[in-house]
Parts: sequence; C-alpha cells; structure tokens
Amino acid sequence: MGFIELLQSIIPTALFYSAPLIFTALGGVFSERSGVVNIGLEGLMVMGAFVGIVFNLTFADVFGAWTPWLSIAVAMVISALFSVIHAVASVSFRADQVVSGVAINFLALGLGVFLTKQWYDKGQTDMVSQPFYTTDVPLLADIPIIGPIFFQGIYITSYVAIVLALIAWYILYKTPFGLRLRAVGEHPMAADTNGINVYKLRYVAVIISGAMGGLGGAVFALTIALNFSHATIVGQGFMALAAVIFGKWHPLGAMGAALFFGFAQSLSVIGAGIPFLADVPQVFLLIAPYVLTILALAGFIGRAEAPRANGDPYIKGSR
Amino acid sequence: MNSNKWFNILVPIISVFIGILAGAIIMLGFGYNPIQGYVALFNGAFGDPYFFGETIRQTTPYILTGLAIAFAFRTGLFNIGAEGQVIVGWLAAVWIGTTVEAPMIIHIPLALIVAALAGAIWGFIPGVLKARLGVHEVIVTIMMNYIALYSANAIIRNVLTNNADKTEMIAPSASLASEWLEGLTYFSRMHYGILIALFAAMIMWFIIERTNIGYELKSVGYNQHASKYAGMSVKRNIVLAMVISGAFAGLAGSMEGLGTYGNMTVSSGFSNIGFDGIAVALLGANSAIGVVLAAFLFGALKVGALNMPTQAGVPNELVDIIIALIIFFVASSYIIRWIILRFKKEGK
Repeated sequence: MGFIELLQSIIPTALFYSAPLIFTALGGVFSERSGVVNIGLEGLMVMGAFVGIVFNLTFADVFGAWTPWLSIAVAMVISALFSVIHAVASVSFRADQVVSGVAINFLALGLGVFLTKQWYDKGQTDMVSQPFYTTDVPLLADIPIIGPIFFQGIYITSYVAIVLALIAWYILYKTPFGLRLRAVGEHPMAADTNGINVYKLRYVAVIISGAMGGLGGAVFALTIALNFSHATIVGQGFMALAAVIFGKWHPLGAMGAALFFGFAQSLSVIGAGIPFLADVPQVFLLIAPYVLTILALAGFIGRAEAPRANGDPYIKGSR
Repeated sequence: MNSNKWFNILVPIISVFIGILAGAIIMLGFGYNPIQGYVALFNGAFGDPYFFGETIRQTTPYILTGLAIAFAFRTGLFNIGAEGQVIVGWLAAVWIGTTVEAPMIIHIPLALIVAALAGAIWGFIPGVLKARLGVHEVIVTIMMNYIALYSANAIIRNVLTNNADKTEMIAPSASLASEWLEGLTYFSRMHYGILIALFAAMIMWFIIERTNIGYELKSVGYNQHASKYAGMSVKRNIVLAMVISGAFAGLAGSMEGLGTYGNMTVSSGFSNIGFDGIAVALLGANSAIGVVLAAFLFGALKVGALNMPTQAGVPNELVDIIIALIIFFVASSYIIRWIILRFKKEGK
C-alpha cells in the first residue's frame, strides 16, 4: 500500500470518528470558559444519541432523506433543555459542578434506557433506516491527490464540525459576547462590576454546551452506532472533555485534540491493514490515544491552565 | 457549628426522600402503581435471606469504592479513576488467585495486598502527575480507566488464558466465598468481603480523624497555601491521597475477583462500581460511617431494582434515575439549606 492510499484510508476514518468529539468538545469549551465545569458532557451525548435515534425511528417515513438532519436538530434542542438542569444546579443552586455533572451522566443514561424499555419493550432500539451516508463533495472531490484523501467518501457532518469550530472561535474571541463570556469565567466579580450579568451568561454557556453535546451524541448515533442502548455512548463524552483540556480550553485547540483522538481511534480500527502496524498487538493501538493524552499533558504542552473561576459558583457580593 | 452538623445529616436524608418521591411521580406518570413498584423494590432487596445476601454482596465493593473517592475528596482531589483502579485490583487478585499455590492464611492476604498495590499504583500515576506537573487529576484518571480496561482484556486473553474470554476460577485457598454465609442466605453470593470492607471503613476513619497523616491530608484539602505555609508538603500529600484512594478501589476489585465471581471476564465496558462509588461518597458526605450507610442504601436500591420488572413491570433503570436525582439534591444542598432556613424564619 502506497503512502497516498494509506492517507486515503486513515484520514476519512479519522474525520469520521472525530466529528462527534469535536461537536461535544466545543460545547465543553463554552461551558468551561464561562466558569462552569461540565463533566456531564457524557450524559448530554447520551441524551442527544437517544433523542436522535428515537426521532429518526419515529419520523423516518415522514421526512425521508431529511430525517437525519432534523433528528440532530431536535436532539440539539432537547439536550439544550436537559442541560438547563445542570445550569440551575451549578449556577443558581451553587451545587458542586463536578457532582452535578456526574448526576447528569447518571440521569441521562437512566432516562434513556428507561424510556427505551418503555417505548420499545426491550433494552435497545431497532437500527435506524435513515442514517447519514458517506458522500463525495462536489467539485472538490475531483482535485487530484487531495480530493480522494479529504473529499471522497466522507460524512458531511465532519466538515460541519470543523466549520462550527471556526465559528466558535470567532464567537469566543471576536465578539463582545465571547469577551464577556470569557470574562465571566476568569473573574466574575470584575465582570459583574462592569454590568455583565454573570448568571445569565453562565446559563447561556451551559445551554450551548447542552446543544453541542446533544449534536455530538446524535451525530455519533446516526453515523457510528445506528441504534440506542445503554452501550451506545461509552466514554465519548469523557474523551471530548479530555479534548477540551488537551486543547487548553480553546475551540481550535479542542478541535485539534478531537481530530487527534479520532486519528488514534481510526488507527486501532484500520491498523490491521497497514503494513508496519499489522504486527503491533491491538491493545497498544487501543490504549494509544489515552497514553498519548497523558504524555502530552505531562510533557509536550506543559501546564494546561483552566479558566480562573472554573468550578466556582459566583455569589454576588462575596469577595 | 451545631446546626451545621444537623444540616449535614438532614441534607442526605431529605435528598433520598425527594429522590424516592420523584421516582414515585415518574411511575405514576407512566401508569405504574408506585406502591407496587416500591414494594417490589423492597422485596427485591430484603424480601428473603437470598435477596438480603445479594444486597450485602453489592454493598461490599460500594463501600470500598465509596471510601476511595471520599478519601481523595478529603484532600481536594476528584478520583474518577476508581473504575480503572477496580479493574486492575480485580485482575491482580485473580492473577494471584489462579497462579499462586499457598495455604489460605497466606493466599487470601497476599491476593488482597497485591490487589490493593495494583490499585495504589494506578492511583500513584495521576497523583504524581498532579503533584509534580500540575496535570489535572480528573483527566488523567479518566484516561487511566480506559488503559486499565483494554490492558486487562489483553492480559486475560493473552497472558492468563490462551485466547479465552474469561480466566480460570481462583483456587479455593484464595476464595472469600463462604459456604456458611451462602447457606445462611439461600445460596446468595454473599462472601466474607463485607468484613474486609467494614474494616477498611474503620481504617479510613482512623487515618482521617486520628493521625497526623490524616490531619495533613485534610489540611491540604481545605487550603493548599496555608498547608504549605505551615510546613506541610502539599505534593507528598497529594500523591499519598491518590495512592491510598487507589488502594481502597483496588480492594473493591478484589472483592469481585475473590468473592463474587471468582474469576474475571473480558469486558467491553466498565462495571460501574467505581462510578457508583462517586454517588456513594457524595451521599455519605465523605465520612467513613456515611459511606457505609450510603453504600448499603445504593446496594439495596441496585439489587432491589432487579425485582421491579418481574414483580411490578417497571424497568429497573428507574433506580438509576432515582440515584441521579439523589446525587443532584445532595449537590444542591445550598438550596435545601435555604429552604429550611426560610421555614425556620417564618416559624418564628
């Protein structure tokens, strides 16, 4: 297998595995930048996957080929509403945010499987009939060398993810809203003194993370899993959280980290077909993303500094 | 100060009550009879000696993972990695149990110590990275969970067996299973591990409340800068807390390996003993006695839930929702305090 063919098999798979992580990690960036730790990303993805699959199964006949797109939109809305619980607990009730996030994870999985059993009388749903399919991007796919690597047989959602990362960067770093959001995460009292509504911004940030987490979960469900059960989302949310921190709480950094994780996962999937990786025991490929993340955190990228007020509830009038 | 202690006891109780109430409302909403549902739950946990034995069996590892997470919490660390530490402890215990030949008096303690050591090593890595390089322990422990899962699977397949999906059963000399306890409980899988778990709770209480080490650990948890100023080594304490925490979780794994199952199976996902330990520690307010009580409650809920689909037709995941809500209310104790204070003022 030549080098070009190698890239042709690795890159689309890497993009395919990265997309859900990118979406979810972007949500995590918003939440954590506003000072609300979001361990609940996993649960938000579970909720997104559940809603995406249920909507898809229910309305596949009505909306036809548009079903997957509508499914992810509905999943975003429901997960955004679901994340309000986390917002209320961690912003208004001053709950320990990590704990509240853990509760979100338990709650989403419990609700999802409970309702699945309620509605489908079994522990997992049927396979969806209208998932996302791979396509070639018009025009770009015809470019020699680059076309086959990046634009043939890919999921559009992967590119939506990358575009959203750019948009998230623009919002956070180039708009007044983004500046305020970051200010609230660094020094809420100073922000409050300047007339910024700390509570409102944190609510908005958590709800954005809910929508993005739901999007990530739904995309995962409709590209990779294709049904919902208790084992659909197992750890992708935590991977996304790792991507947030690996990417130093920066949207583009988080995207890069998510792409890297996707790449590492794709190696373990297609490793058997690559000459010099075929002899490596599969376990090393499986643990590679996790070991590399630890090594990277320990060495290459140095200290990852969290937003200063991350995890602290803001209490008006306190110093 | 006095009223604070009151709140600390009142908040978990109120939270459990609200959680159970919410569960009843959900059952009503889906057309089930909540009383029937909870009777099924209660019967499934305490209905006869078998179920009671199973409840104790489930409580055993919960106590240990609860202690693990509570211990780290006391030093201001969040050990999400209990799950991975459980896996390596389980694997180590089964490894010793299947390959070593020794009389029981040596074999069991050896297996337990090696399991605790394995968990401790798994906790040491994130501890040292946090202390030396300031790497966030939550992320490292999450990563360590997956490394443990996949490595354990590979070791079971390639080292302990010849490509089989589960290990051989451990030697009887390493087993915690007890015919006496099984006979007493209509052949449930209850085993002597519960005594070890309760002993571990006493050790945790002793370390935290009665030793200098515990004092330093708590102090670092309250305020790192003040502790440093007082001459304590913050770094040493962080590593120590993670090591002890990991050892507790490793022991929890050995309970499954030496007691409940007697072997280890290749697994595609986590057992959730470690994650449930988070809930146990929170509800138990990170104290040893609280953890034991909370572990018992969650053990009863989890085991009792299995009886709900057959006896009341309610999906057993209802209990997961209830547990989530309980954690939620415990976390939001501020609002519970606020409401109680409000009532008090109006009463005057």
